[in-house]
Amino acid sequence: MSFFKKSPWVIHYDGSSCNGCDIEVLACLTPLYDIERFGIINTGNPKHADVFLITGTINEQNLEVVRNIYNQMPDPKVVAAIGICATSGGIFRECYNVKGGVDTAIPVDIYIPGCAVRPEAIIDGVVAALGVLEKKAAALKTMKASA
Amino acid sequence: MATRTIVPFGPQHPVLPEPIHLDLVLEDEKVISAIPSIGFIHRGLEKLVEKKDFLEMTYVAERICGICSFIHGQSYCQAIEGVMKIDVPERALYLRTIWGEMSRIHSHLLWLGLFADGFGFESLFMHSWRVREKLLDLIEETTGGRVIFGTAKVGGVRRDMESLTLKRVEDELKIIEKMSHELTDVFKKDSSVKRRTVGKGVLSKEDAITLGAVGPTVRGSGIASDMRKLGYAAYGKISWEPVIETGCDCYARCMVRCRELYQSFDMIYQAMAKIPDGPVDVKVTGNPNGEYFARVEQPRGEVIYYVKGNNTKNLERFRVRTPTFANVPPLVKMLGGCELADVPVIVLTIDPCISCTER
Repeated sequence: MSFFKKSPWVIHYDGSSCNGCDIEVLACLTPLYDIERFGIINTGNPKHADVFLITGTINEQNLEVVRNIYNQMPDPKVVAAIGICATSGGIFRECYNVKGGVDTAIPVDIYIPGCAVRPEAIIDGVVAALGVLEKKAAALKTMKASA
Repeated sequence: MATRTIVPFGPQHPVLPEPIHLDLVLEDEKVISAIPSIGFIHRGLEKLVEKKDFLEMTYVAERICGICSFIHGQSYCQAIEGVMKIDVPERALYLRTIWGEMSRIHSHLLWLGLFADGFGFESLFMHSWRVREKLLDLIEETTGGRVIFGTAKVGGVRRDMESLTLKRVEDELKIIEKMSHELTDVFKKDSSVKRRTVGKGVLSKEDAITLGAVGPTVRGSGIASDMRKLGYAAYGKISWEPVIETGCDCYARCMVRCRELYQSFDMIYQAMAKIPDGPVDVKVTGNPNGEYFARVEQPRGEVIYYVKGNNTKNLERFRVRTPTFANVPPLVKMLGGCELADVPVIVLTIDPCISCTER
């Protein structure tokens, strides 16, 4: 974590999940798990976010919304697909309106399967995502230095 | 006439855990009208009945919504049991009541938190969710899951609770009940909460009837409409009365939910005192043939399950009418003429569950 001067902020978007994973994402921020004590804040603004937590599958209508949020996030950024629906489509895989997991819309760095995901798993996944974020940040730095 | 502006609200908005899009037509700070557009969460799971058999569909039904998941599973099972004329054992009905009410308490605590967050009372949000975690521990202990229970099944329930567990759950619930009192007292008495809720988002009794509001939204407008009075599961065997408030505003709807919390605790205690011994499920043979409507009260209001079987493993038709869908027209009515800053609070008072609505 040496690269970062501040705590990573997350943004959460509900693709088309059943809410199960969404409330578990929120539960991570509340007193029992309390990741806010590390300064991690769930921000509503994509321009302030480093980690994109996305739950649920991608369908025809939210495809553009997800891409929009992703494109508005500044580099370096990581995407964590939370729940089995975001990973592969899960139980809704065969639904006619479901295109599949989040990786059908944007590149995903970390997959966190589970139905519903436990908060411990989400925290573990986000910590893994931060490792990826650091690598991306270092790569960006060297790229800028050589340019 | 002042100039009109259109402010888009959602689908990604800090106050919304789920995506819904509203186009708010404003005149200065006043909302003239709100035009909702939905479809961001549509998966089309009703059509899944063609691919999954009617027993597997229980798990799909549970995942229509992760907050009232158990009651969704229960409603689906009731509908199938209605078609197949299955007599569910008494003990299973009581267990369904207990789990159903536990999930109602969990949903209401969750809502109280989100509501507090909606008007910027962050510490109250945290407190509500802290109390809720205690309940989730009990749910995990008795069902194995935190939010998706997976215990409903056609013909009964998948797990039993031993008498020792029941006793422990009751003791723990009493502690949670005490903690909830500290919480709801703030909602009831705090002046900053009242300032944001009293007189906001008024839905008159007549409008509530005409627009077909359900659940705490209609009960907050003084109408005693509660599907549990139909007496499904064990609700016919315990004594209770629907909670109603006559304020018709955001505060009244909040009070309905606060009081329903204690009603649910009371229902669980009653059910635990009366629960009979016996099996918790019956064997299901054959395929559903015929059609059935099941009406069940969810934390958000009345849900209607329609199933139609044609004597094969796969249902011919499966349809759900969820409470939020019924509450969208009243919401649009409430939003007309309100201040822009009150929009999040008013949207939250119908306890929107978009995932249910769009499926």
